[in-house]
Amino acid sequence: MKIGVIYSRVRAEEKLLFTALEQRGVDFDLLDDQEMIFDITAVQGAAEQYSHYDVVVERCINHGRALYSLRILNDRGISTVNTAQVADVCGNKLQTTSALTAANVPQPRVLIAYTPESALRAIEELGYPVVLKPSVGSWGRLLSKINDRDAAEAILEHKEVLGSYHHSIFYIQEYIAKPERDIRAFVVGNETICAIYRDSAHWITNTARGGKSSNCVVTPELNDICLRAAKAVGGGVVAIDVFEDPDRGFLINEVNYTMEFRNSIAPTGVDIPARMVDFILKVGKDGWAAANGWQHDMQQPYLPVSLTSGVSAD
Amino acid sequence: MALKTVSGVAECPECFAEIELTGVMQNEITQCSDCGADLEVVNIDPLELALAPEEEEDWGE
Repeated sequence: MKIGVIYSRVRAEEKLLFTALEQRGVDFDLLDDQEMIFDITAVQGAAEQYSHYDVVVERCINHGRALYSLRILNDRGISTVNTAQVADVCGNKLQTTSALTAANVPQPRVLIAYTPESALRAIEELGYPVVLKPSVGSWGRLLSKINDRDAAEAILEHKEVLGSYHHSIFYIQEYIAKPERDIRAFVVGNETICAIYRDSAHWITNTARGGKSSNCVVTPELNDICLRAAKAVGGGVVAIDVFEDPDRGFLINEVNYTMEFRNSIAPTGVDIPARMVDFILKVGKDGWAAANGWQHDMQQPYLPVSLTSGVSAD
Repeated sequence: MALKTVSGVAECPECFAEIELTGVMQNEITQCSDCGADLEVVNIDPLELALAPEEEEDWGE
């Protein structure tokens, strides 16, 4: 089996994954996204580009590069981890929320608006405080907790004037009074392999922003909601951010498709990159649905159309 | 493939300190032990460091 790994920079996660592949004796190539050229219109010859890989693993830093690379590969019938579908849904909070709603997965209430005026009405309907998020973004960047109308008016105006067009697609999330922590759970295929608490006195708990990690026991209830969330976005290898609401229990906040795990191996004692390699090899051997533990008729309806075999996510 | 890693000393482009690097790869992100700058290994033979790229809007998980 031959594996390709698309990457941008070698961070701790990439090095751990490369080392795990090497230790397993996997034949793999590193594909630097800064050097790649996709011959996207070729129908012969160059259309076979990358087709010698049984699976291509995506580890790009840029969402755009990840999404487009996966789309091109999937359209050519090349298996990837994760799929373009997963990247498309998870890389955009609006799409994630909509997919979770369609699958009836509990989450904080979210309102979407397209103008500052309607966004202000939406904020006041939810009630202060609310959290305004860019639909594409990560690591807690540009999140705004809005506590009152003055702040709402100022932030909405700034976003409209200073931001690019997608900052005027207002994603407004109910603020959850979580217990100075949230949960980051790691799903690989049909199992929540481990989870951590991210403790922080700040309302943003990302470890990239200083949140401290400790082991969180994966209860059947946590496993169940995480698997439902993972399936709703298309399955694969994902990291799920979970809130503990005092009244409603677990709520899914976000799902990440190029997950970071450097701070989660030690507290959980789980060899996360080794589990990722297991999944990658299973995709190469048995296909996407089987690696996710799904029956074929349980596949998601949203699949990229393949040039070679009709659908590409299997 | 076998991962190609090298060890040695390289100069931090930010503070010009000589940094000891152990088992680093091409394109690996590291940090200057002297000034804390985020650095990228842009060449492994000879070892050469550059400032890591600035975070872009669509970077993340």
